[in-house]
Amino acid sequence: MSAVDLSVSVGPLKLRNPILLASGTVGYGNEISEFIDLNKIGGIVTKSLSLKPRKGNTPQRVIETPSGMLNAIGLANIGVEEFLKTKIPFLKKFDTKIICNIAASSVEEYVECTKLLTDEDTISAFEINVSCPNVKEGGLEFGNDKKAVAKITEEVKKVSTKPIFIKLSPNVSRISEFALAAKEAGADAVSAINTLVGTAFDIMTRKPKIKNITGGLSGPAIKPVALAKVLEIRRNVDIPIIGIGGIFSWQDAVEFMIAGASAFQLGTVNFVHPNISETMINDLILYCEKMKIASLKNLTGSFIL
Amino acid sequence: MFLANAKVDSVTQIGTNVFLLKLQSDKIAANAKPGQFVNIKVSNSNFPLLRRPFSICNVEGDYFTIMFTSVGEGTLVLQKKQKGEFVDVMGSAGNGFSLDGNYEKAIIVAGGIGAAPFPFLIKELEKIGKEIICFSGGRTKNDCITYEMKNVSTATDDGSFGFRGTVVELLSSQIDRYKNERIKIFGCGPNAMLKSLQQFCFTRNIEAEISTESSMACGFGICQGCPVQSATDKNKFLLVCKDGPVFNVKDIELP
Repeated sequence: MSAVDLSVSVGPLKLRNPILLASGTVGYGNEISEFIDLNKIGGIVTKSLSLKPRKGNTPQRVIETPSGMLNAIGLANIGVEEFLKTKIPFLKKFDTKIICNIAASSVEEYVECTKLLTDEDTISAFEINVSCPNVKEGGLEFGNDKKAVAKITEEVKKVSTKPIFIKLSPNVSRISEFALAAKEAGADAVSAINTLVGTAFDIMTRKPKIKNITGGLSGPAIKPVALAKVLEIRRNVDIPIIGIGGIFSWQDAVEFMIAGASAFQLGTVNFVHPNISETMINDLILYCEKMKIASLKNLTGSFIL
Repeated sequence: MFLANAKVDSVTQIGTNVFLLKLQSDKIAANAKPGQFVNIKVSNSNFPLLRRPFSICNVEGDYFTIMFTSVGEGTLVLQKKQKGEFVDVMGSAGNGFSLDGNYEKAIIVAGGIGAAPFPFLIKELEKIGKEIICFSGGRTKNDCITYEMKNVSTATDDGSFGFRGTVVELLSSQIDRYKNERIKIFGCGPNAMLKSLQQFCFTRNIEAEISTESSMACGFGICQGCPVQSATDKNKFLLVCKDGPVFNVKDIELP
């Protein structure tokens, strides 16, 4: 047994290790559990849930770009009611933190979704998606508006005693101002970052490769941007950060913790290496042993400038 | 479904731009069914980043084969694999062909590289005593693949190999021969061909399954990147990777 302590806290939420699986890259846990033991990781963040089921965007929805991919799924999901009925019984079986991601088109819908889910014991926290770039209503409309972010945070906090994390958009000039707005409205942490708006064209047809015209860019291509955003928040706002954006290896994850993240989320990498969240655990232990770090949480924000 | 480090046995060129990659993985070979696919990480780097899906072409003992045309970054890397190298493979994935049904004659209809899943299917159909008739089409002779097909007729757009026209037009011209027999059609090819095949099957009320293709990010149902419209529920997309890639013709609306 290793002496290294991998446990971390994100505000009031305690995790056995900082490894979380990002919303939209693990569904509701069942498919990925063919490849990993969910009991070994910190937790999973569900696919965004809305009040009613959403069919999502017309294909083409995904396309590979250099060291990354664009997606415009359009928040396709089964809706809160179906989630409670059919997905919770499966998730109940695991000893891992379930963080419910909520996406909505109005403040009222965010509140309604949170209300319906908050009494479910299996759910440990909420991640409020105010930054999806691929839907007409809500999404970035909220993510680009500090007052809207503050309002949603405040209203959701009123109806749940569980930790509330706000997932921020990188498609703004000063992400730290949004982190501050979330903090002042009562958020327990911020997740940074969501995808970057991008597009790609087919040069023969001159049409966008994504039917939605633009999509969200993810993958290793965005890692330096994400790290800079995490660092900016860390240096300007006193709020726990969940780092996310292009992590493809344990080394990438360590970088995010050094830049200021208390925990991190693996996203696009789950599509390519669905078992990496589990294999990474041992790599993190070996790193800590080598660096004589007794507790991984000490790494958070340990950058030397 | 498994993640396996499959050992390259051989890369064989069987046409102008058509290749077979034979890989060794006992787990994947033992579990594969005709019409299923494997999702391959062709390089160890971020280029290309995502896995690439390929139909399982055939299975022999601990080995399985994929067939591909060299068309992009991923397939170019695969074409250059050397014997003894290891390739990161996820599989076998998706729902394959169902061999069930009230038929004695299996009609295989392939368009271009859509010929890929049929060697395995034909082998399994023959094991249960079905008679095999094949139709294969392509734009030109170079695009028309007949690898390991039985009783095959060919169609090319330019008439360079067999019937001049599409493979579905060819099938249509021949179908009356089988009017007193119980048949089931198995199709695979580009969407335009499958759409035309679907229409043909509806008009003549013939039982059929088609294998579809789509861009994918994950290949196992989590990214929601490969939707296809359900024919029975307008509010629902099915996923090519998980609900397919093989569907009953009646279940989907092709784009």
